[in-house]
Order: sequence, then C-alpha cells, then structure tokens
Amino acid sequence: MATEGPDDFGTRQLPKCPTGIKGLDQITSGGFPSGRPTLVCGGAGCGKTLLGIEFLVRGATEYDEPGVLLSFEETDTEVKQNVRSLGFDLERLIADKKLRLDHVRVERSEIEETGEYDLEGLFVRLGYAIDTIGAKRVVLDTIETLFSALTDHTVLRAELRRLFRWLKSKGVTAIITGERGHGEGLTRNGIEEYVSDCVILLDHRVVNQLSTRRLRVVKYRGSTHGTNEYPFIITSRGISVLPVTSLVLEHSASRERVSTGIGRLDVMLGGRGIFRGSTAVVSGTAGTGKSSLAAHFVDAACRRGEKCLYFAFEESPSQIVRNMESIGVRLDEHVKTGMLRFQAARPTLHGLELHLAVAHEAIEDFHPSIVVLDPVTNLMAAGGLSDVYSMLLRLIDYLKGCGITTLMTTLTSAGAVLEATETNISSLIDTWILLRDTESSGERNRGLFIVKSRGMPHSNQVREYRITDHGLEILDVYVGGGGALTGSARLAQEARDRAEEMLRNQEFQQKHAEMEAERAAIAAQITSLQAKLKVTDHTIRVADSEEELRQAKVAADRDAMAKSRYADQATPQNTRLKEGSQ
Amino acid sequence: MMDENDDRSEKNWELRLYVAGQTPKSLKAFANLKKICDEHLAGQYRIEVVDLMLSPQLAEGDQILAIPTLVRKLPEPVRKIIGDLSNTERVLVGLDLRPVA
Repeated sequence: MATEGPDDFGTRQLPKCPTGIKGLDQITSGGFPSGRPTLVCGGAGCGKTLLGIEFLVRGATEYDEPGVLLSFEETDTEVKQNVRSLGFDLERLIADKKLRLDHVRVERSEIEETGEYDLEGLFVRLGYAIDTIGAKRVVLDTIETLFSALTDHTVLRAELRRLFRWLKSKGVTAIITGERGHGEGLTRNGIEEYVSDCVILLDHRVVNQLSTRRLRVVKYRGSTHGTNEYPFIITSRGISVLPVTSLVLEHSASRERVSTGIGRLDVMLGGRGIFRGSTAVVSGTAGTGKSSLAAHFVDAACRRGEKCLYFAFEESPSQIVRNMESIGVRLDEHVKTGMLRFQAARPTLHGLELHLAVAHEAIEDFHPSIVVLDPVTNLMAAGGLSDVYSMLLRLIDYLKGCGITTLMTTLTSAGAVLEATETNISSLIDTWILLRDTESSGERNRGLFIVKSRGMPHSNQVREYRITDHGLEILDVYVGGGGALTGSARLAQEARDRAEEMLRNQEFQQKHAEMEAERAAIAAQITSLQAKLKVTDHTIRVADSEEELRQAKVAADRDAMAKSRYADQATPQNTRLKEGSQ
Repeated sequence: MMDENDDRSEKNWELRLYVAGQTPKSLKAFANLKKICDEHLAGQYRIEVVDLMLSPQLAEGDQILAIPTLVRKLPEPVRKIIGDLSNTERVLVGLDLRPVA
C-alpha cells in the first residue's frame, strides 16, 4: 500500500487538511496531514470526541468534505445530543448526506471467540460508510475500546496497523482518538505506534480550583508546528484553541488615529490620539479617574458611530452609567442606540480561560471596533500572575488580530512603583497613560502623563487634570522652580501671574502716556518754528521788492537827468564805454 | 450462494454467518458450523450466510466487526461468536448448547 508519496520529499509542504477549529489550524500551520490519520489522545473529559466531531462538522459545513464518525463508545443519539448544545445540528448534516454516524457496539459478554478471525467487518462497515457519502474525513472514537472487547491482541494490533494503512490508501483524513495511558505511553494500548504522522495531546488540569484544558502537538511529521501547550476552551460554538503567543506577529498596523475623547490628551499623543487597533493602558491608583477616562473614550467612539464593548470587572453597568453621568458623560444613550454594550462579570465568577472564552464570544457576537477592559487587574483574583499575563497576551493578540482598538485600565496599588504595572503588561501595550496622585502642600492633585506611545511623538509633560461635572479636563502646565505646579500651588501661581501682568500693564500705560506728551511737545515746537519760517519768508520777499523799486527809481532819475543835459540815449554800449572810460 | 434452507422441521434455531468473500477462514467457519449444527441441532436450524462484500450495508445492523461472525438470532438472546469456529467446545458454549463446565 502506498503510504509515503513522493510529495514527502523536497521542500514542498505536506498537504494539509484544515480542521476549521479556531486556533488549531494556526498551531499546525494549516491543519492535519491530509489523507493521513492523526492521533488525538487525552484523559477522560478532555474533549477528544468533541474535537473529532467538530472536525467533521467543520469539514462538512465549511470545506465541503463529508465525514464519517465511527463511534465505539456513544450511540448515535447520544452523540447528537451531546453536541447539540454547541450548535451542531448533526441530524441535518446526516439528512444532507454530509455526515454519517455509525455506532460500533462491542460487548465482551456477548462475544465468544473461537479460532481465527480478522476485523474485515469493521473495514467493510467503514468502507461502506465512506463510499455512500463520499467521505473525506473519518473519526474513530475511541478505537481502543476494542482492546477490552477482544482478547486476541495480536490479531487486533495487526488489524489496526492494517486499518491505518487502509485509511491512508483511501485518502481520507482521519482522527483516531485514544485514552491517555497511565504509564509511559501516550495511549493506554500504545496505538501511537501505528499512527505516526501527527499526534495531538489534550489535557485537562485543575490548578487553584480552576480548570484549564490544554492542547499540544506532540509530533507532526513533515511539518512545522507550534510546540507549546496551548490552552483551549469549549465554548458554545465549539473548541477554540488560543495560541499563547501567535506563531507570527503579523497584525497589520493601521495608520488611522482614534481620538481618546479628550482633546488635550489627543494633542499630547502627537495631536491625533492613539492608533486604530492599538492597545492602550491607563494605569493609576484608586480614584484617579481611570474609568472616567475610559468613559470619555467610549463616548467619543459611540458619537463617531463605532461600536464599543465594555468589559466591567468591578462595577455593574448601571453603576458605571450613573457614575459617568456625574461627570457629564451619558453612556446610557449609547446603550439605548445599541452602540455600546456592557459585559459585566465578577472576575471570580469563572476561571481565566472562561473569561477569555466569554470575551471571545462577546466580541465575535457584537463586532465592536473599541473594547474596554475595566480593570484588568481584577482578573488577578481569578488566576496567578503569569496566568493573567498569558491570558491578556492572548486577548490582546486576538484583539489586534481583529483590528480592535483596546483600552485597559489597571489599578496600581498605592505605594508600589507606579511604572511597574501589576502584570508587567507593558511590553504588550502600545500606549501607556499613567494617572497619578501627587501629594504636596497638604493636598492631593491628579497628574497625567504618557509613559510610552509607540510610533508617535508624544508629550513628555506631567499634566494636571481635574474631574469636573462636564468631564475630565486637562489643565495648563505651570512649571515653577521645583517642578510642575498643581492644585493650590498652581492657583497661587496663576494669581501671581495675573498680578504681575497687571503691574506690567500699568507701567506700560504710564510710559505710553509720557511718550505721547513728549511727542505733543515736539509737534508744538515744530508748529512754532514753521510760523517763524513763514514770517521770515515774507520779510525776505518785501525787502526784495523794495530793492527793485529803488533800482527802477534810480534808473528813471538818471534818464531824466540825462534828458535834461541833452545827453545821448543811454545804451548798454554807451553806458559800458562811458563807464569803462571813467 | 451458500444459503442453506432446511425446511424439514421447525426452525427454532436461526443462525447467521457473516463473511467477507470466500476466504479460507470463511469457508472453514461455514464447514465447522455445518458440522456442529448437524451434530447437535439436526433438523432444527437454519443458516443464513451474509457476504459483506456483496451487501456491506448489513454489517451495521448486527454490529459486525470481526469476520467471520456467527450470530444466533433465535432463540433469544442474541449471541455472537467470532472466529473460524474451530474450537467446537467454545462454539457450543457460545450457542448455549452446553453449560460452561
């Protein structure tokens, strides 16, 4: 039987069969090996059967690959009932010839073994089921039951080996489930020996009274795969595997900006707010207004027509609505228009995994573009530090993958180093706004600053802000000798500034008046001088005309005298000669 | 093809032998069964041979897994014996023809 094709050599990636199970295809880089059996083993109640059924259902509904479930443990009716709560309508799939269930009941007490036999009957049944609907997927759940039903294990092992080879030759992608063994082996009867292409191990652990299911790819021949243990959850939509860290960091980064809802804070953040799809954290001690800031963010988003999902871990929705009303933010209106949805739950209500599951579901259900988690530190009650960290990591990864802008608030305990946010989530977040109380001259004042904001220039100032009845207000910066001034110190500084300004103004007014006077004096002088000038001009003109008259008189007199003496007419020549001869 | 219908007396033993093709094991099982029935149930049995190669849809009804499988349909309760029926003692016990010693 052809088991290893030429495709297994060279650089070509093994053909994969997508499981359609959330996260699992990501871990296995595409799904299970196509046309080969995969072993899924784990203890009781870890979700083996469910994984198998979901594999079939997804195959039938999403990839148009019909499937056969050969169940050795549960009857058809039981199987159908068990998965109905997950929204899998097996009846319909069966009616559509997309799925076939076959319950193989083996009862040791009813069976007597006499002499040689083989499991051809099983082959025939499976072959018949595969052929009737043209199945591409097969799940055998749990074939190991045969070990307790049949005494001749030598025959059984040989037949299982033959079965898996036969499945490969049929070209169906199969899942074989196996009960986790107590000893060294992965399965109780060591069937991993026969299924060597891909082995998935499921595990169900209870730590701190909270149970977590985990999945690990033990081996995957001819393919890369994530090697870690990945927590997974069974939600009302099936299995969801959550890779703790995505194998790849490839969320597309948007350049679009989203307003924080507070104009002056946007200005501090490079003028336009935070990036869409980024994660912002607002941390601060109790009563610094973290939720108020979040409310502004939500309010602004809803006004822009973006849907917001608000996870409240501390207060009930109505309490949040009431409290925010006191600062002039009307969240109830957004709830009414359906732009805002609250998802409130005490952190201790369920384990982190389920929180994550609930979050996933709510997000998928509502498709928000903004998500608020208020406050994430409360989740610590539901799990250890590293668990919370890993949960947040996964959640943030998921949100980023969806391009959702996220605002989280974290509570810093008084006295602790403020910059050390509880869960050390700093590396996960893009924008970190720190709110803090400063205590000076007998009063507490609130200060806000931006610890970091990836990919944008941001203000380095500590800005004082006030929570007023019309919202959170960021005030002007007053920098005194000893740093930024806040509270009454700032008010005093403002008063001083005003006084100084007034003084300066008065001085200026006086100087201005003086100069005006001087200018007036000069102008007066100019006027008098101009008058003098006029008089002088006139005098000059009078003198000139008198002289002319005089000269004319002299000439007339001379002419008259010459006439009387009978002298010749005075000509210029004569005159000149005469004068020259004289 | 291998059906045998014995109409000579009342058929209070209804046996069904499942095989998959005429393999040596199947032929041996049928021969063994015939011999045992003739010896212990002469005239009161009816054997139906079902070849799953020809009618695979019948495998599900009787929960057939191993080949060959002998199913005692009547008298109730249904009993199943798998194997080539070479161990006559076990077959007799399985068919409830002899109390377990």
